[in-house]
Amino acid sequence: MLVLKDIHKVYGKDSKRVEALKGISLEIGQGEIFGVIGFSGAGKSTLIRCVNLLERPTSGEVFIDGVNLQHLTASQLRKERKKIGMIFQQFNLLNAKTVFKNVAMPLIIDGRPKEEIEKRVNALLSFVGLSDKAKQYPDQLSGGQKQRVGIARALATDPHILLCDEATSALDPDTTQSILALLKKVRDELGITILMITHEMNVIRDICDKVAVIDGGVIVEQGSVLDVFSEPQQEITKNFVRTIINDAIPPTIKALIKEKHQENDSMYLYRVLFKGQSTHLPLLSTIAKRFPIDVNVIHGTITELQGIPFGHLIIEFQGEPSAIEQVLSYIRQQEVTVREVDIHGA
Amino acid sequence: MALDWSYFGPELRTAIEQTLLMVGLGLVFSLIIGIPLGVILVVTRENGILQNKTIFTSLSVIVNIFRSIPFIILIVAIIPFTRLIVGTSIGTVAAIVPLVIFTAPYIGRLIENSLLEVDHGVIELAQAMGATPWQIIWRFLLPEALGSIILAITIATIGLIGASAMAGAVGGGGLGDLAIVYGYQQFQTVVMIITVVLLIIFVQLIQSIGNLLAKKIRRK
Repeated sequence: MLVLKDIHKVYGKDSKRVEALKGISLEIGQGEIFGVIGFSGAGKSTLIRCVNLLERPTSGEVFIDGVNLQHLTASQLRKERKKIGMIFQQFNLLNAKTVFKNVAMPLIIDGRPKEEIEKRVNALLSFVGLSDKAKQYPDQLSGGQKQRVGIARALATDPHILLCDEATSALDPDTTQSILALLKKVRDELGITILMITHEMNVIRDICDKVAVIDGGVIVEQGSVLDVFSEPQQEITKNFVRTIINDAIPPTIKALIKEKHQENDSMYLYRVLFKGQSTHLPLLSTIAKRFPIDVNVIHGTITELQGIPFGHLIIEFQGEPSAIEQVLSYIRQQEVTVREVDIHGA
Repeated sequence: MALDWSYFGPELRTAIEQTLLMVGLGLVFSLIIGIPLGVILVVTRENGILQNKTIFTSLSVIVNIFRSIPFIILIVAIIPFTRLIVGTSIGTVAAIVPLVIFTAPYIGRLIENSLLEVDHGVIELAQAMGATPWQIIWRFLLPEALGSIILAITIATIGLIGASAMAGAVGGGGLGDLAIVYGYQQFQTVVMIITVVLLIIFVQLIQSIGNLLAKKIRRK
């Protein structure tokens, strides 16, 4: 569907030379919601603009449905861009035009007949839930409504792909949720592939299938949302995941543990990760009954990723080392990930 | 010396007509030149949608040259050109030539500023939609800047009224000429006052219309 191959983007020359993208490769499948997350300055805005060539990559290739966009003439590119919708952080609505006219713009540009525009715009406004606002001007709308207009407008020419440039970053949490739900509906009902860039991990958690983490113009990690959230590899990814799933042991508890550990050597801390089905297991009570050890839950969270429950616990086992070995091998049989926590580093 | 209205009345009327003619036609031609000029200055500048350094730099220099010449000197300096265009260098119509040459670059700069105020996001949006450069200018840039453009044209029109008063120097006539010939040279203070009051009303009117239109169009 959408393939980026080794995209480099360099701004300026000599001493002012800045390399915004340093060889980005991505592959996004039909109907996927793909999120790219990074801090500001990581290159994500440049990246999304390279997809529709608002920014020309210095080197590398952009393919959409097998077509290399860089090989197109200006007029072919304009035609191709009509198949790529885009929404923006600041909405970019035309202030001097009504909601209806804003949504109609891509169709007017495309030279469609009036009756068709009328019909199409009304259908789009009803799709985004703004049928009653057609005659209003952007300054009469709330942020969420503005983004709905932006989405309706982006869908006007039946695009195959929707590019979302920080689409929810200017919105409050409730509005963000409703816009994310609408984007999900765009994918589920219209089958449109979505590429979104964001700095908000909750956006990735709530609607993305796949995620790539961008840092310093490089993709440092990518994979399914479930995999990346449950086992982040890079430090930056771990930091992003922590904004959603708090897996750090609170300082007061940490101090207590250290104190306890000095008195008692036979104390063992483990990080236990449950995914999907395994979250339903009465794992801890089974362990406590079956093995001669005590179980103490130190810290834990359960969230939902991609409709799959994901649990994260930090547990203390007290008992003989041999019993604990047995416990660990029992846990591993249950398709649950367990890792020892270094008390001093935790 | 009392004012002889049977003589002065028609004189005043002619002067008003001459001023309206100079300002009206002068504005029309200034807009015809100035608006495209402003648009070209915006689209050809660095990172513009039709970036072209040669065109941008040469136009910008030309505009600056004309903007630095005092109007009274410009009138005299371009007499051969005026003669070439309208066949004479004297009279109301002849005065329109220097007025346009004076005002068009000014309008060009004002329009340029108005267009530069348009959020870059709007241009990005238009490009992402697959709009042609012409569509970007016509459907996005100009409509979004319209409120600001109207205010700019209002300012230019008022400047034009001021300049037209000076055009009496080449026999352009008009209210300014009337004020100088009767009010100043013949010590008829009443005439001076009448013309000045008329000019004030004229300027007020133009500004009010401009504000009203801009307010109606601007929705920010």
